[in-house]
Amino acid sequence: MAWLDSLSPQTQFVFFTLLKIGCVLGLLLTLVAYAVLAERKVSALIQDRVGPNRVNLPLIGSIPFLGQFLTKLGFWHPLVDGVKSFIKEDFTPGHVRKIYFWLAPAISLVPAFLVIAVIPFGSTLGAQKMVIADLNVGILYTFGIVSLGVYGVVLAGYAANSKFPFLGGIRASAQMISYEIAMGMSVIPVFLVVGHLNLGKIIEHQAQNGWNVLPIFGGGFSAQTLLLVPCGLVSFVIFFISALAETNRLPFDMAESESELVSGYHTEYSSMKFGMFFIGEYANMFAGAAMMTTLFFGGWTLPFFGLDVAPVAGEWWKGLLHIGIFMGKMLGFMFTFMWIRWMLPRFRYDQLMDLGWRRMIPLALANIILTAGVLALTNR
Amino acid sequence: MALPDILFYLFAFLTLLFGVLVVANPFSRNPVTSAMFLVLTICAMAGLFVLLNAFFLAAVQILVYAGAVMVLFLFVIMLLDLKEEQRRKINLFGIVTGTGAVLGLGFLLTRTIWGGDLEQAANPRVIGDTKALGLELFTKGQFLLPFEIVSVLLLVAMVGVILLSKKELK
Repeated sequence: MAWLDSLSPQTQFVFFTLLKIGCVLGLLLTLVAYAVLAERKVSALIQDRVGPNRVNLPLIGSIPFLGQFLTKLGFWHPLVDGVKSFIKEDFTPGHVRKIYFWLAPAISLVPAFLVIAVIPFGSTLGAQKMVIADLNVGILYTFGIVSLGVYGVVLAGYAANSKFPFLGGIRASAQMISYEIAMGMSVIPVFLVVGHLNLGKIIEHQAQNGWNVLPIFGGGFSAQTLLLVPCGLVSFVIFFISALAETNRLPFDMAESESELVSGYHTEYSSMKFGMFFIGEYANMFAGAAMMTTLFFGGWTLPFFGLDVAPVAGEWWKGLLHIGIFMGKMLGFMFTFMWIRWMLPRFRYDQLMDLGWRRMIPLALANIILTAGVLALTNR
Repeated sequence: MALPDILFYLFAFLTLLFGVLVVANPFSRNPVTSAMFLVLTICAMAGLFVLLNAFFLAAVQILVYAGAVMVLFLFVIMLLDLKEEQRRKINLFGIVTGTGAVLGLGFLLTRTIWGGDLEQAANPRVIGDTKALGLELFTKGQFLLPFEIVSVLLLVAMVGVILLSKKELK
């Protein structure tokens, strides 16, 4: 690595940032592909089926045990699905608004990737912090970008220029704005407790004082810790439900709802343009899961075995372990998302709006006041 | 020219370009297109805020204006009868009030820039930090009073909208 040290700090910064972007994007896209497979396997598990187990590659399939095992696992299905998406006919119906029809899939894909840029997915590896952009307003940035995600859905509904997609787009815009408010308010208690908007600092605080969702590890049992337990829990529950609504997942997938709107905003899309909506949805889920891990579940830290401090020089295995811990937590949330999707029926639209405006937002507001009160009374 | 200068001219150009395209797009009279260009204008302005080290403002600009207000705009526009809107001719009343408003605003802005101290304006009194901004806004004798007055104004506007949109008053 001698040639790296000979470069100027700026060049090194650019080099490492590009490297991190490449690794994170590659990993994220692979995870998205396998999340689709996991979704199908989880649904199969819940509905007492076997799930995808057909695709067999010529050479690898003939390896004894392993080849058959991978096939049974459905390991090659994402690969085949991807190829299928690309080689299917990309049909543009005659009645659509062409420019928006082309733009919408891209707009729905980009925000999810931009959110990942500020998430600290590990402690340090060598001298590098494991976060692409260490912003001081990290969390505001994520909310800003997430709020742009709605344009993909709305424009897709508008571009299709037919009734069902349009209804899907309208529903999505109302739903996502409503739940964004609840989501934004649910994280304010976290900032009140932590006192910082930087996601790295939020993780640091959690390593010292216990996870925000349940601050019992770490800092010991003071009156303040005990009083903050309900605040953290309520915050997390509101954030989780809003994240489900923001990513258009069941039980809140009003924008798609097959039984009413064919398939909602992407009814008119085919081939890879449909594929991009699909990737966008799963990338959004990963972004939501990563946010929850960072804000409420201590990010890359674990409160045992000294895993809650950044590694000193030479402990590269610990840096890798921290990335592993982060991924583990994130994948846990992904599993929960899927689990919920296959267990719960869809809400009615008025119930969805009622839950958002008349239950979640007042609850989130009350939680902010409660947290501020606890902090003021226990002297901070 | 250093990189910040180049970026400033780039974002300023984009802001103006998109702004013109919002009101006078030669290719389309579609209100949805105008709304989308307004979103782009707002994003370019957020870029200008970043160059001024006002990261908080930039993030809030995107979050509130591009992400929430404009989505509501789009929501309303999409529910209207767009065909009628596209056919509509520009009338004399519109031209007079529009020009009047632009001239008035332009006069105010020029006066402010003319009368203001540009040297001081280039050196911000609060740098980027959310904490410093919060202290500035909520300290007595700083911006507390104007801030509260603006908040009450917004609340009044909100109550007004709810009253107006109610079908029947009891």
